[in-house]
Amino acid sequence: MKFGVVVFPGSNCDKDMLHVLGNVMGAQVREIFHKETSIDDFSEKDCIVLPGGFSYGDYLRTGAIARFSPVMNAIIEFANAGGKVLGICNGFQVLCESHLLPGALLRNNNMQYICKNVHLKVETNNTQFTALTQKGSVLEIPIAHGEGRFYCDEKTLQELYANDQVLFKYCDATGNYTEAANPNGSIDNIAGITNKTRNVFGMMPHPERASELAMNNTDGRILFESLLAKAAVV
Amino acid sequence: MADLTSSLQEATLEQAKELGLLPEEFEKIKQILGRTPNFTELSVYAVMWSEHCSYKNSITYLKKLPRKGKHLLVEAGEENAGLVDVGDGLACAFKIESHNHPSALEPYQGAATGVGGIHRDIFTMGARPICALNSLRFGDLKNDRTKYLLRGVVKGIGDYGNCFGVPTVAGEVYFDPIYQTNPLVNAMSVGIVKTNETVSAIAEGAGNPVYIVGSATGKDGIHGAAFASKDITADSVNDLPAVQVGDPFQEKLLLEASLEVIKTGAVVGMQDMGAAGITCSTSEMSAKGNAGMVIQLDKVPTRQSNMKPWEILLSESQERMLIVVKKGMEASVEAVFEKWDLHCAVIGEVNDSGILEYYMGETLVAKVPAESLVLGGGAPVYQREFSEPPYFEENKQFKIENVAEPKDLKAVAKVLVKSLNIASKKWVFTQYDSMVGVANTSINRPSDAAVVRVQQNSDKALAVTVDCNARYVWANPLVGGQIAVAEAARNIVCSGGDPSAITNCLNFGNPYNPHVYWQFVNALKGMSIACEALGTPVTGGNVSFYNQSTEGGAVFPTPTIGMIGLLNDWKDAMTLNFKNEGDAIYMLGTSRNDISSSEYLVKFHGIEKSSTPYFEMEEEMKLQQTVKKLIASKLIESAHDISEGGLFTTLLESAIVSDLGFDVNAAQNTNIRTDAWLFGESQSRVVVSVSKDKVEEFETLVKDLFPCEYLGTVTKGNLVVNGENFGASQEYKVQYDTALEEVLIG
Repeated sequence: MKFGVVVFPGSNCDKDMLHVLGNVMGAQVREIFHKETSIDDFSEKDCIVLPGGFSYGDYLRTGAIARFSPVMNAIIEFANAGGKVLGICNGFQVLCESHLLPGALLRNNNMQYICKNVHLKVETNNTQFTALTQKGSVLEIPIAHGEGRFYCDEKTLQELYANDQVLFKYCDATGNYTEAANPNGSIDNIAGITNKTRNVFGMMPHPERASELAMNNTDGRILFESLLAKAAVV
Repeated sequence: MADLTSSLQEATLEQAKELGLLPEEFEKIKQILGRTPNFTELSVYAVMWSEHCSYKNSITYLKKLPRKGKHLLVEAGEENAGLVDVGDGLACAFKIESHNHPSALEPYQGAATGVGGIHRDIFTMGARPICALNSLRFGDLKNDRTKYLLRGVVKGIGDYGNCFGVPTVAGEVYFDPIYQTNPLVNAMSVGIVKTNETVSAIAEGAGNPVYIVGSATGKDGIHGAAFASKDITADSVNDLPAVQVGDPFQEKLLLEASLEVIKTGAVVGMQDMGAAGITCSTSEMSAKGNAGMVIQLDKVPTRQSNMKPWEILLSESQERMLIVVKKGMEASVEAVFEKWDLHCAVIGEVNDSGILEYYMGETLVAKVPAESLVLGGGAPVYQREFSEPPYFEENKQFKIENVAEPKDLKAVAKVLVKSLNIASKKWVFTQYDSMVGVANTSINRPSDAAVVRVQQNSDKALAVTVDCNARYVWANPLVGGQIAVAEAARNIVCSGGDPSAITNCLNFGNPYNPHVYWQFVNALKGMSIACEALGTPVTGGNVSFYNQSTEGGAVFPTPTIGMIGLLNDWKDAMTLNFKNEGDAIYMLGTSRNDISSSEYLVKFHGIEKSSTPYFEMEEEMKLQQTVKKLIASKLIESAHDISEGGLFTTLLESAIVSDLGFDVNAAQNTNIRTDAWLFGESQSRVVVSVSKDKVEEFETLVKDLFPCEYLGTVTKGNLVVNGENFGASQEYKVQYDTALEEVLIG
């Protein structure tokens, strides 16, 4: 299995992701520049990562322009063919704008950018991205965003639950879904979701910032390990 | 002026004065040119000879700062920023710069472009910025204007730095009414470059093309350097167009493109465009290479049509670079900028004349010798008058005996924990991305200085900090200047680093005021003493004069020190927080009957006039050597230096991070007042904690190194001082964390 990390103009967590996947996890990984129109070297057992950052400056609406980037057509095709796509932070926003994931990410309810550690409760381990986690376990992973308030209409929300598509919810250190533990006002404390076919994953927190001892936090590592282990089984 | 078109009129003395030049400077320009300059030429001289670009009132003293050190690859003033050898074929470029004047007027853009400008200074040398720091000073936060300034500055720094993608890892924020009209916004960038991939800001090689790359040139920021070279008055609002507008997305592209273009081997020299725009980069690069240039201003991509030649020359539009390219290698350069969708236009050519000729179409609009414009060349150099201000003698009269010791010290503690110069700046720093780059190892491991990996896959790390207690510098510039440097070094050492070098941002009032200039001269003397003693040379920085206003007078003399230190391995870093219940707490250093210039004296007793706290350079050096030895011997669990708020604040900060408490006692039979022991700020003291099984070994080692007082133990829950329960750790934590937000939001 190999990874591709997309570099949009304004991506700024691309190098972090390349480092963690390549150096820390020892996975095969290559950079994909946004002007590439074909990603034929990737098959459906591979995973494309849309990293965090400010694609196109996020000047219109977060992720709104990146969606029209040349490489995105190829990525949408790849996802529709069953290839795995993971969007972190700005990558999550791009996935929502591309309709690969439902819902939208709005301005944080305090109207400020927030960078800090938060706690997440794993809502399902029935995905390749969370396979090694315990359902109900609490991970501490940092967020860094100004527009991370997940929102969707009631019908979509019910569908997300009905199909077991909610990956993570913001919680306190002991796993309670409190308002204080919700850093941005996301609906139902939702921090990450997957699509119906369970091959596209989006989350606002940054697991790549919690994957090595140098960060004194390795809670995020299990998500990359899950992807790699699942691929090994297949 | 034979070859300058006759339609261009000679400039007048009135115009020269309006542009901020002195009559004698106007005369000097006429002498250099052998004729009267036209308006465009006059504008060029006015901006290049402004305080901001020429350092004319400070350079004499800046040259006296220690500049040599064993780790230095590039000394101060040689390039845009100093270079420190960090080993493994890598070097660190770092610099701090002010953006005070623009931030006073337009806090959001002022601060944002300050961040953008300092990062450009670093990557123009070929270095990739790995972290940013900042030092901020505001007036009284109860004032609505101050709230507006704080919100704007923090959002400006955040929006620019977060998008640019470099973590903001450390900083300081002070509040004092003295900064009411003149806030200080100092931004620092630290970058890493391979020693064989550095780029110089030089133009050479006749026939080589000159490119402008990055953003298009607009009318923003014209005369920004001149604006930064005067006092702030009621008329300053008219200077609003002098403030630039930042675009961090363009800067991110410019960063990637600039670093990529260096790898093509086609770059002869590169300089970012900051103050004085094209004028500054063309003249400084040419002067450095003893070269000249012919520049076609009509080839510069502009944002609006019909820009005048002098507007194009002086525009301080952000996110631009000037690059001199090896002739014949143009295509490889253009391909890189094409890839990143950035402007890349040839605007001229290098020659051997030493003369800068600026054309608009066929018309020569200005012709000036490059050397005559720059610092170290023709720019004027002045030595200003200075005299001791009367307040200095008054400060020395202060005696602790005249201050009654409060009966209830718990009440003092409750006031201090909420003092905005002590309380957490969480509201500020959670708005900055402190983690992007996965380099900042201090997020979950707090220390006095931030510890940042030099590369993602490297164990080697830098400890970085910015420090200046400006009240100390005001109280006694000679001693306060030493303390600023010493405290920065102490923070590096307490984090496990070995101090390497400093960059400074010298924020002062109007240099034509002899009292201000006395502060400047003495503060620099103090800094020199400390830099020499600690072996940390000055690699560069900037000077910001004119931080004063009609009503408020001059700000405190504020020489902000940005320091870097080396760690061979981030795992060797020392943290500031207590670790385990039962660990022993010691104070390295000597308690003194000293409350001078302390937060306690100012905030609790309302006494502004006193001298600096006790400081002695020899003692400081011994302290730092002791801390280094203790960390290397792995005998301590934590180290946290004593600064604002004294011993109590240091203990509190070490305790609340880990939800722990402490039980401490003052030494018996001393004549030290309890308030001085607990809240005084006498220097050269560090609180360390030691696990029970290492106490004996610790005491044996420290005995021969430095004075050390046993204070007590780490506990769970309460803060107990001399048997009195000061309250629960958790309660203090809430107060400490929310004090700033409470005042800001109410």
